[in-house]
Amino acid sequence: MDTAFPLFLMLLFAGGLAGAMLAMGEFIGPKRLTSIKLEPFECGSTPIGPGRQRFNVKFYLVAMLFIIFDVEVVFLYPWAVIFRDLGVFGLVEMACFIFILAAALVYVWKRGALEWE
Amino acid sequence: MNVAAINISLGGIGPLLILSATALVVLAIDCFWPSERRSHLAYVTVAGCLVALGATWRLWGAQEAVFGRMIIVDNYSTFFTGIFIVGTTITTLLSIGYTSRMGIDRAEYYALLLFATVGMIMMAQGLNLITIFLGLETLSISLYILAGIQRQRAASIEASLKYFLLGAFSSAFFLYGVALTYGATGSLDLEHITRAVGETTFASKPLLLIGVGLMLIGFGFKVATVPFHVWTPDVYEGAPTSVTAFMSVGAKAAGFGAFVRVFSISLQPLSPDWTHLLWLLAVATMVVGNVMAIAQTNIKRLLAYSSIAHAGYVVVAMVAASALGTSSVLFYLLVYTFMNLGAFGVVLVLGRQDEEVLAIDDFAGLGRRAPALAAAMALFMFALAGIPPTAGFVGKFYIFSAAVQGGFVGLAVIGVLASLVSVYYYFRVVVVMYFMEPAGEIPLAPRSAPATVALVIAAAATLALGLFPSPFITAASRSLVAVLF
Repeated sequence: MDTAFPLFLMLLFAGGLAGAMLAMGEFIGPKRLTSIKLEPFECGSTPIGPGRQRFNVKFYLVAMLFIIFDVEVVFLYPWAVIFRDLGVFGLVEMACFIFILAAALVYVWKRGALEWE
Repeated sequence: MNVAAINISLGGIGPLLILSATALVVLAIDCFWPSERRSHLAYVTVAGCLVALGATWRLWGAQEAVFGRMIIVDNYSTFFTGIFIVGTTITTLLSIGYTSRMGIDRAEYYALLLFATVGMIMMAQGLNLITIFLGLETLSISLYILAGIQRQRAASIEASLKYFLLGAFSSAFFLYGVALTYGATGSLDLEHITRAVGETTFASKPLLLIGVGLMLIGFGFKVATVPFHVWTPDVYEGAPTSVTAFMSVGAKAAGFGAFVRVFSISLQPLSPDWTHLLWLLAVATMVVGNVMAIAQTNIKRLLAYSSIAHAGYVVVAMVAASALGTSSVLFYLLVYTFMNLGAFGVVLVLGRQDEEVLAIDDFAGLGRRAPALAAAMALFMFALAGIPPTAGFVGKFYIFSAAVQGGFVGLAVIGVLASLVSVYYYFRVVVVMYFMEPAGEIPLAPRSAPATVALVIAAAATLALGLFPSPFITAASRSLVAVLF
């Protein structure tokens, strides 16, 4: 009970916050519905038509870059949990890790992979 | 949690760190100071490799499990690390003229070679199946890209895609095998697995056997043993020749590095169960590899089937499951690195602007037009066929004597017969070079000094290892004394 109680509070807070946001949008947000806004949201592509259409290959590049950096950032979480135990050693190790990650980002940037056109 | 308990040893993974850093430097140089010709990146790569080789040299004699028993630094892994780095160095030197001719002279090419080498080292140093898998993937993913780095050529893309699809499939087999082995033994640590397997009352043995069988498929694919070899000829033919050369020695050596550690060392108590399987694998690989090679007219396909056959010889030594067998694996892979890189090296220094000489008949008349090159090719062919006094003979001699000492006389006889078959197709190349009239002009590439250096190193090593093998054989057998547990 003692350990679960903060978790319960967290759940309550998260649920409450999300609910409050939705409710606020519903009650005080302006509503100007157009035909485009009423379409199902499909990341910018036309929702009606054959399912096997060709996507621009740039979408895949962006998706891949996102996944790479997203997954690598996940490694920061375990470190955050035992940050105090690892001390300076962990800080240096993580700095190396982030440096390599940043080097990859610089490389991607310089190569123009982040340019859409 | 105590950090000291993990036993962090940056020196132990020194070669790995140096190669990773070199790869980052190569990428950074090309990003910030781009230039038309990129041969300087190759020299940076070679310099990194030499420093890493020095770091490897200093590791000789060390023996400890580091990083929470994920990595093991012993003579076995150090010997393999040496083989990998030498292979990468020679490949890079061979690449220097070739890559600019083929339009693949990119920073990514050199960086991926280095990252692949990092994966190989991780496989040889892995004391935990997870580390081995991580290395396997680092190596494989780099190779998938390298095979397709010549984007304008359909054959290169085809090789990359075939290798990727089949490789991903075999990785899944391997991973499933690892999972089942974990389920059966309760550990991923190779030493704990040995202990669990050695226990007499062992209820979950079928689970373990299935797991071990699946891992065998994964390794069998990586080192190209029959029946997991079908990708080899297509991928070797389609990939740029320098990448093929790298793949045929590095990936194979790395595959065997992990294969031998997992099977011959960690799963040694289980050897009555897997010996027969490996026996079949060895016979099928030697016979199919050598017989299929006879029919080839393309030199890269011929060398692909020859590399399959050589994987078979190495498996023969594994079947022997003795100290002599395992040390002959190490020695043979060292020898194979030089002779096979040499053979591919000759192929890749022939040919003009983005046009390669790949039909065996195109080698006609090479004996007169380029005597030194033809002599080198003849030497590598003799070595691959196992003719004394080349290193190939000594390597095969140790493998087959290990098989005989282990009581596998039949296997040794089949192996010797299979390598007799191989003499036919290796000698055909020599005959074509010296005794056949060329149909047309053979295109000769402008001479590349670094490639010449690489070929001289490979040829010298092929001869030296054949004439003075004892220090290397001693080193190979000392690699085993120090293997932990």
